[in-house]
Amino acid sequence: MSKQITIPFGPQHPVLPEPLHLDLVLEDEKVVDVIPTIGYVHRGLEKLVEKREYTEYVFIAERICGICSHIHGQTYVQGIEQIMGLEIPERAQYLRTIWSEYSRMHSHLLWLGLFADSMGFESVFMNSWRLREHILDDLEATTGGRVIQGVCKVGGVRKDISPEKLDEMVKGLRGIEHELQALMNVFLHDSSMQHRLKGIGVLSNDDAYYLGAVGPTARGSGIAIDLRETGYAAYGKINFKPVVEPDGDCYARCAVRAKELFTSIDIIEQCVKKIPDGPVDMKVTGAPDGEFLSRAEQPRGEVIHYIKGNGKKNLVRHRVRTPTFTNIPPLVTLLKGCELADVPVIVLSIDPCIGCAER
Amino acid sequence: MTYLAKSPWIIHYDASSCNGCDIEILACLTPMYDVERFGIINTGNPKHADIFVVTGSINEANREVIQNIYNQMSDPKVVVAVGICACSGGVFRECYNVAGGIDKLIPVDVYVPGCAARPESIIDGIVTALGVLEEKRNKHVRSPMVTDHGHTHHHRHAEGGAQ
Amino acid sequence: MMEPQQITPISIGEVVTKAEQAKKDGNRLVQIGCTKIGDDFEILYVFDKDYKLTNYRITVKQADEIPSISGVYFGAFVYENEIHDLYGIHVTGINIDFKGTFYKTAIKHPFSVTIVKEDDSCQNK
Repeated sequence: MSKQITIPFGPQHPVLPEPLHLDLVLEDEKVVDVIPTIGYVHRGLEKLVEKREYTEYVFIAERICGICSHIHGQTYVQGIEQIMGLEIPERAQYLRTIWSEYSRMHSHLLWLGLFADSMGFESVFMNSWRLREHILDDLEATTGGRVIQGVCKVGGVRKDISPEKLDEMVKGLRGIEHELQALMNVFLHDSSMQHRLKGIGVLSNDDAYYLGAVGPTARGSGIAIDLRETGYAAYGKINFKPVVEPDGDCYARCAVRAKELFTSIDIIEQCVKKIPDGPVDMKVTGAPDGEFLSRAEQPRGEVIHYIKGNGKKNLVRHRVRTPTFTNIPPLVTLLKGCELADVPVIVLSIDPCIGCAER
Repeated sequence: MTYLAKSPWIIHYDASSCNGCDIEILACLTPMYDVERFGIINTGNPKHADIFVVTGSINEANREVIQNIYNQMSDPKVVVAVGICACSGGVFRECYNVAGGIDKLIPVDVYVPGCAARPESIIDGIVTALGVLEEKRNKHVRSPMVTDHGHTHHHRHAEGGAQ
Repeated sequence: MMEPQQITPISIGEVVTKAEQAKKDGNRLVQIGCTKIGDDFEILYVFDKDYKLTNYRITVKQADEIPSISGVYFGAFVYENEIHDLYGIHVTGINIDFKGTFYKTAIKHPFSVTIVKEDDSCQNK
């Protein structure tokens, strides 16, 4: 038996745009144990509820993470609206759904690019991000922001989209669909991609479920958890099927995200067809008194905002459990037994979002 | 302009940023904005880098990491604080774990505001940094060695170096 | 509108048995979170099966020790270390116990105290 050595991975590491630190215990090239350390991005923003009123706090909620920004804002305001018993206009629900799906597409394309980069496919990285700019252009045209949109507010949304623009958005997405398809062919069918991904970092169905995996990490292991099925916002009126892959390896997790891009386009198209006319916000008075666990599907999986208010303008508690946080135990399990050279690919395969996880 | 300003290499570190500015920095490198055509390369090695791009504010855990990266870079070097959190702490300034802008710890040369900073502003900031870099090179400016708690002292060329 | 949610209060002694039962019933662990109300700390355990939540709450004092459920749900260690680091509540028997190094914070157990931060100037000049 060879001697064990521990090597540090991160916090400043070329493959990670964000700081995450792992102590990898190695025997030769095999990883036998992993100890994660977090806290490099911990701000303590949950405690800001003491200083910001619940309506202002939406801005903080959106800045939990710059990639999943819109859905954080949306989950937070949905929780507040639930506690206050607000029935917000239907058009606002549809708009939130459309922006959610745009966020998902931008996040998935971002991830696909980074993932390709972690395997050394530089031009695939560039192409993913080139297509992502199309999504960002639409987000910017409709909300004013590229990555942090700031459109959600308690009681509705801040911006409306004209019917012409909605049609144009769908046409634009259908227009880039063949390019997306070509890109996905690389991820799904290229032989060197398959060689790098198939059978690497396998998470069994049982492990994924009981270790708390969510989002594509769970769906890549055959577990159909997709919070959109609970029908929040306008999802209850939309037909879609969660993408599930059975194999549990890096390839399966990649395939889930790749295929979800097309589900998102479908959802946006359905929303545009069904969106009713009407106002996009309502007047809100009073303050939340009660507690609620608001849940939504982020690009990375289930996010939970626990909100507790006592009838004052400042909340008592806002706690966020982000998908990456609950995906850490599965990651630790995944890395045990892998080869050192596969570590970057496996770490990225859960789509870690450290900004989210540490808040 | 000399060779240096024609191919500046940057190193990026995410202090406690929310990712918004980080992905915009990456967006600068990709086809829409493509700063690589100016010879700008994002490197992972502090010793290769001329420009230190920091996003997010200082927190308890990354204090040392930022100091290490800064101290390891060779002169001349320029620090660009990208995004309002790196400039002043932004919306998170009142958080218990946020010590404030990057300039509380290391000298900052260029401030790029925005939440998130737009790619255009980031490129503008880097281009401004090139001017500062060139000036520092001409004047042989020696950067201070940064130690903990924001106190800086001049480690190298204490008596001779231009300040 | 989403369905209303129920939270069942339980005692510290019941935590592990309730978690075992939840796992036997096919639930996954969604989260463990803590809230400070006055001098009390409310710890909320949330389980989910087929999008249906089961919530249990214990109310403890900071000096109390709570048992870890990481023996039942391996992944519970992230939440339990978090509660220890941010609230200063001792959790016994965590499978991966970071002993207070999971989060490195400027203030010890920040969520258990009231923090007054001086309004300092934006720039260090």
